[in-house]
Amino acid sequence: MKEIVIISGKGGTGKTSFAASFAYLEKENAVIADCDVDAANMHLLLDADFRYREDFYSGEVAVIDEEACMNCGECKEVCRFDAINVIDDQHRVDPIACEGCWYCSRICPVEAIDLKTQKIGDFYLSTTKARNDLVHAKLGFAAENSGKLVTKVKTEAKKLALANKKAFLIVDGSPGVGCPVISSLSGADLAVLVTEATVSGLHDLKRVYTLVKSFNLKAACIINKYDLNAEVTHEIEAFLQEEHISLAAKVAYDETFAKALSQAKTIVEYGDSNLKAEIEQSWQNIKNILRG
Amino acid sequence: MKIAIASGKGGTGKTTLSTNLSSYLAQSRQVVLADLDVEEPNSKLFLKGNLVFEKPCSKMIPQWDKEACTLCGKCEEVCRFNAIMKIGDEILVFPELCHSCYACSELCPTDSLPMVPRKIGELKHFRGDHFDFIEGRLDIGEEQAVPLIGQVIEYVDEKFSADTIKLFDAPPGTSCPVIEAARSSDFVILITESTPFGLNDLKLAVDTMRVLNRKFSVVINRYGIGDNGVEEYCDAEGICVIAKIPNDRRIAELYSKGELVYPKIQEFKIALEQIARFVGGLK
Repeated sequence: MKEIVIISGKGGTGKTSFAASFAYLEKENAVIADCDVDAANMHLLLDADFRYREDFYSGEVAVIDEEACMNCGECKEVCRFDAINVIDDQHRVDPIACEGCWYCSRICPVEAIDLKTQKIGDFYLSTTKARNDLVHAKLGFAAENSGKLVTKVKTEAKKLALANKKAFLIVDGSPGVGCPVISSLSGADLAVLVTEATVSGLHDLKRVYTLVKSFNLKAACIINKYDLNAEVTHEIEAFLQEEHISLAAKVAYDETFAKALSQAKTIVEYGDSNLKAEIEQSWQNIKNILRG
Repeated sequence: MKIAIASGKGGTGKTTLSTNLSSYLAQSRQVVLADLDVEEPNSKLFLKGNLVFEKPCSKMIPQWDKEACTLCGKCEEVCRFNAIMKIGDEILVFPELCHSCYACSELCPTDSLPMVPRKIGELKHFRGDHFDFIEGRLDIGEEQAVPLIGQVIEYVDEKFSADTIKLFDAPPGTSCPVIEAARSSDFVILITESTPFGLNDLKLAVDTMRVLNRKFSVVINRYGIGDNGVEEYCDAEGICVIAKIPNDRRIAELYSKGELVYPKIQEFKIALEQIARFVGGLK
């Protein structure tokens, strides 16, 4: 089983459209993990059936027992997150600000503070229209610990892929270089970096690649909208060469991405276009890179 | 007035709107732009300015004092983030995991874990022709963007008067980083695109703003490219759509070069004027 993580640094470069197309092409040979738990979209393109759901609990929040509390204020004093405020003469916890560190609970002289585990999101298993298993999640509103939910999605997807002897695990990552991206990278065989021919696409590619490199991961790159700016495309290619990153595909600016999306279709299902052939070829290239 | 420009989905035009709106508003108002997308800060690519100040930003982490330590193990026991481990006769600190809660340090019976700063990124302050902009930039490999975002906001609050319009280019998503940016703003502009992804992520962002009790309105970008889902949703929810920026390849081309759009594309300028008027009317 080979694990491919699709990331981009910059948002909106086409990660999910590519990942969904690869999923559609590979059918039941691939398990899909949507690790962009902040803004999960894969289910929309692959027509997920949400066949299984469970609550995901992680992290804790302090709760003050107002009967027992003497309002001495020691908790407020030690809290580094400004999560304890006095409202109507009573110390109260702001659950969004609380990081669940337990410090307040440990020093409360009357043991009036307890910590409660929080539900931070929903975890789902689905079968897609392409007969893939899709593991996905929805982070709760204003919830923390998205890294842990990412790890859960990835771990479960990997278990499924291994247990059923699947050829591929395709992971759709989140934008950025922080905790959710770091969580999605560990254990991968290949990072596919989707960038676009814009100054920010290039800037963000360089940053995310620095992270990929620190994981000693093999990387391949897809340049989207390459014809928007020939100069930037040239710079991206020079960067790829310098870093020995394989170029998997160069795809032109094409509104088919949005049109297919608006019909809830992957690009490879949406009519016969050049784009479809290019994406099929790019998936073939990625498989070759994995073998090489 | 602090206004965050946010979106659930990445790549919907946050930076395009932040940089163009700052530049446009600065013709008649005092403006500062803070790039809070510290994982991938891009505003500087679109703006010209001289660096006037920079500083490293850090978070506080415990540092083991071997001499004073009695290896009682209290620190490992109190840490809820698995950032401290006692292995044999050593105490190991994992800085990326530390949330700077100070519990280990202050509850240590022998004061063997003093808190020390650890660099997680930097802040840069640039001065352009008409306005200042500040950038936060997270070091690669650091997991937590939130402390850095908080420090950039603090810097902006200290250095700029209350009547300055403070625009925050927020990170994408709906979790901790965007919450940190939104909760200290007076108003949030959610920018989305007219596609099912844009709609799905807008709904998540709207729910997040409601939980945070923030006032917000919507700007629809790449209007006309996909479907009418976003407009119908905003209508049904009674959410104000401030402006619709038309889908136009020329906008994408200017963006690709790192250029501001409104000086060259009339349709974009009209939408930007609507947004500027709206912002001007905010109390």
